[in-house]
Amino acid sequence: MSKILVIAEHLDGKLNGATARAVSAAVAVKPESIDVIVLSDAPDAVAAEAAKIDGVSKVLTVARAENAHAMAAILAPQIAKAAAGYSHVFAPSTTFGKDLAPRVAALLGVSQVSDVMSVEGAHSFRRPIYAGNAIITVEVDTASTVVATIRTASWPAAASNGSAPVEALTVDVALPSHTRFVNLQQGKSDRPDLQGAAKVVSGGRGVGSKENFDIIYKFADKIGAGVGASRAAVDAGYCPNEMQVGQTGKIIAPELYMAIGISGAIQHLTGIKDAGTIVAINKDGEAPIFEIADIGLVGDLFKILPELEAAL
Amino acid sequence: MKILVGYKRVVDYNVRIQVKPDGTGVVTDGVKLSANPFDDIALEEALRLREKGVAEEVIVVGIGPADLTAHLRNGLAMGANRAIHVQTADAVSPLTAARTFLKLIEKEQPGLVILGKQAIDDDANQTGQMLAALWDRPQATFAGKVEIADGKATVTREVDAGLETIEADLPAVITTDLRLNEPRFIKLPDIMKAKAKPIDVIELGSLGIDAADHIKTTHYAAPAKRSKGVMVKDAAELVAALKQKGLL
Ligand SMILES: Cc1cc2nc3c(=O)[nH]c(=O)nc-3n(C[C@H](O)[C@H](O)[C@H](O)COP(=O)(O)OP(=O)(O)OC[C@H]3O[C@@H](n4cnc5c(N)ncnc54)[C@H](O)[C@@H]3O)c2cc1C
Ligand SMILES: Nc1ncnc2c1ncn2[C@@H]1O[C@H](COP(=O)(O)O)[C@@H](O)[C@H]1O
Repeated sequence: MSKILVIAEHLDGKLNGATARAVSAAVAVKPESIDVIVLSDAPDAVAAEAAKIDGVSKVLTVARAENAHAMAAILAPQIAKAAAGYSHVFAPSTTFGKDLAPRVAALLGVSQVSDVMSVEGAHSFRRPIYAGNAIITVEVDTASTVVATIRTASWPAAASNGSAPVEALTVDVALPSHTRFVNLQQGKSDRPDLQGAAKVVSGGRGVGSKENFDIIYKFADKIGAGVGASRAAVDAGYCPNEMQVGQTGKIIAPELYMAIGISGAIQHLTGIKDAGTIVAINKDGEAPIFEIADIGLVGDLFKILPELEAAL
Repeated sequence: MKILVGYKRVVDYNVRIQVKPDGTGVVTDGVKLSANPFDDIALEEALRLREKGVAEEVIVVGIGPADLTAHLRNGLAMGANRAIHVQTADAVSPLTAARTFLKLIEKEQPGLVILGKQAIDDDANQTGQMLAALWDRPQATFAGKVEIADGKATVTREVDAGLETIEADLPAVITTDLRLNEPRFIKLPDIMKAKAKPIDVIELGSLGIDAADHIKTTHYAAPAKRSKGVMVKDAAELVAALKQKGLL
C-alpha cells in the first residue's frame, strides 16, 4: 500500500492553496495514508491549516530556524530524510515545488514525474510535454520512490473539513550554509491571487503600455477578477513577472479567462487550457486565440472594455 | 574561472508538435531542431560573464546522438571556447543528465554551471536542481538577474510571489529564466571561426554512471481539444453570453 508525503507550501505564516491541490492528487492514488510535512521556523499556524485538509492523515512539523525561508538546498536534505518509509513524495508544481522536489528526488536517487495531470494507478501518471502539445503516460518502477510535482490547474483543492493530528518531527541532518536568502520583493495586490482566482483577466502586447494596463486592472476589479499577462506584456514592462501566464509562467484554471490583446501563442495557451470559459478580445479576427476561445469578440480593446464596463 | 553551460538540442519552439497516430511518440522526422531557448540564454549569460572578466573559459555541453556536432558548432559560433559532446543514442533522463554533468564537473572543476530552467521538449525542469543536489552545492533556479563577485553569486529569481534574491557561494548551479538576457545572433565570420574550435567527444557509457531510467513512457496522446466557440458582435452580446453562463 502507498504512503504519501505531501510537502506543504507556505509564505508569511499562511498555507498556499496549491498544497490542498497536491493532496487531491494524493487522494487519487488511494493510499493507506497521506501525511503533510511543514518545514518552517514557526510551523504551528500553517500546520493547523494543513490539518484541516480532507484526506490528510497527519501533519508533521519540522521547526528549525534555518527553515525561515524556503531554500531548496536547506529543505531538501530534511525532506529526503523524512521521506524514509514513504512510497510517494508530492509537491505542488509551483516555483516552490519545482525548485525543491527535483533536489529531493536526486537525494533519493530517483528521477521525478513533473506536472502530474492525472493518476492512472499508484505508479502510473499522465503529464504534459512539449508545452502541453502531447500528453504522455509514464510508469514508475514499483521499487522506486515516486517523487512528483502536481500540476495545480489539473486538480481541485481538497476541502477543509478535517482535523488531522499534528506531530513535531526532529530531523537530524546537517544543513549547508552555502545558500542564503537575501530578500523577496512581493507584488502587493488586493486582487484575487492569480492561481486561485475564479476569474482572470489578462492583457497582452495589444494593451500597448504600462499606463494603458490600468484599463485591464479597472475592468478586472469591476468583475472581481485576478489579473494576468502574456510574456510579451511582461517583457515590455507593462506589468511584473509574477503575472505571466503560460508555459514558463503560471498554469491556471479559472472558471472565466479573458484574453485581451493577446494573440494566442502556444506557449500562452498551454497556461489556460483548463479554464472553464475562455473569452478573447482582439482586433485581429485571424488571431489564433479565436481558435480556442469559447466566446470571441473582434474589435479594439480600448473601445470594447469601456463598453463592457458600462454594460455591467 | 570556467563556466559549464548546458546546451541541449530540442525541437524548435515554433514547430507545431504532432503526436504519432499509434501513440508511440511525436513526429520528429524532418522537423526543425534548435538549441533549447533557455540554453541560449544560459550561454549568453556565460559569455557576458567572460566579457566582464569574471570567467576565462565557457564550455558548452550537449548530451545526445552522434549528429549533435552541428548543433554544438552553433554554440561555439555564438562564442563558447570549446564543446563537450557526451555521446549516446538513447534519450537521457534528467537524473542521468545530472549525473553526466557531475562527472564533467569532477574533471573540469568549473566555478559555475549554467543550465536552462527547463528543456522545452520534456518540460521536466529538473536537471539543474538534481545536479546541485548530487554536487552538494547551491542552486539558484529561474534566474532573472545574476551578479558574480567575491566568490559569490547574487541571483534574483523569478518566483510565483515576485522576485526573490539569494546569495550562493561558488561553485554553484544557476538555471535561467527567459528574462535574464537576450541572446546574441550568430554572425557569419563566427561560424567560420567555430570550425577551428575543439569538440571533445566522450561516450556516455565510458563515464561509469548508472544511466538506467526507472520512469518509462508507455503512451503518447494528443491533448484534449477545446472546441471552437461562438463569436459575438459587440460588448452587449458578450455580457449577455457571460450572464447566461452565470459567469457575471
Ligand atoms: C520558450 C518560450 C517560452 C514562452 N513562454 C511564454 C509564456 O509562459 N507565456 C506567454 O504568454 N508567452 C510565452 N512565450 C512567448 C510567446 O511565444 C508569444 O511571443 C507571446 O505569448 C506573445 O504575447 P502577446 O500575445 O501579448 O503579443 P502578440 O503576439 O504581439 O499579440 C498582440 C495581440 O494584440 C492584438 N491587439 C493589438 N492592439 C489591439 C487593440 N487595440 N485591441 C485589441 N487587440 C489588439 C493584436 O492583434 C495581437 O493579436 C514563450 C516563448 C518561448 C520561446
Ligand atoms: N541532453 C542534454 N544535453 C545538454 N544539456 C541538457 C540535457 N538535458 C538537460 N540539459 C540541461 O538541463 C536543463 C533542464 O532540462 P530538463 O531538466 O530536462 O528540463 C536544460 O535546459 C539543459 O541546460
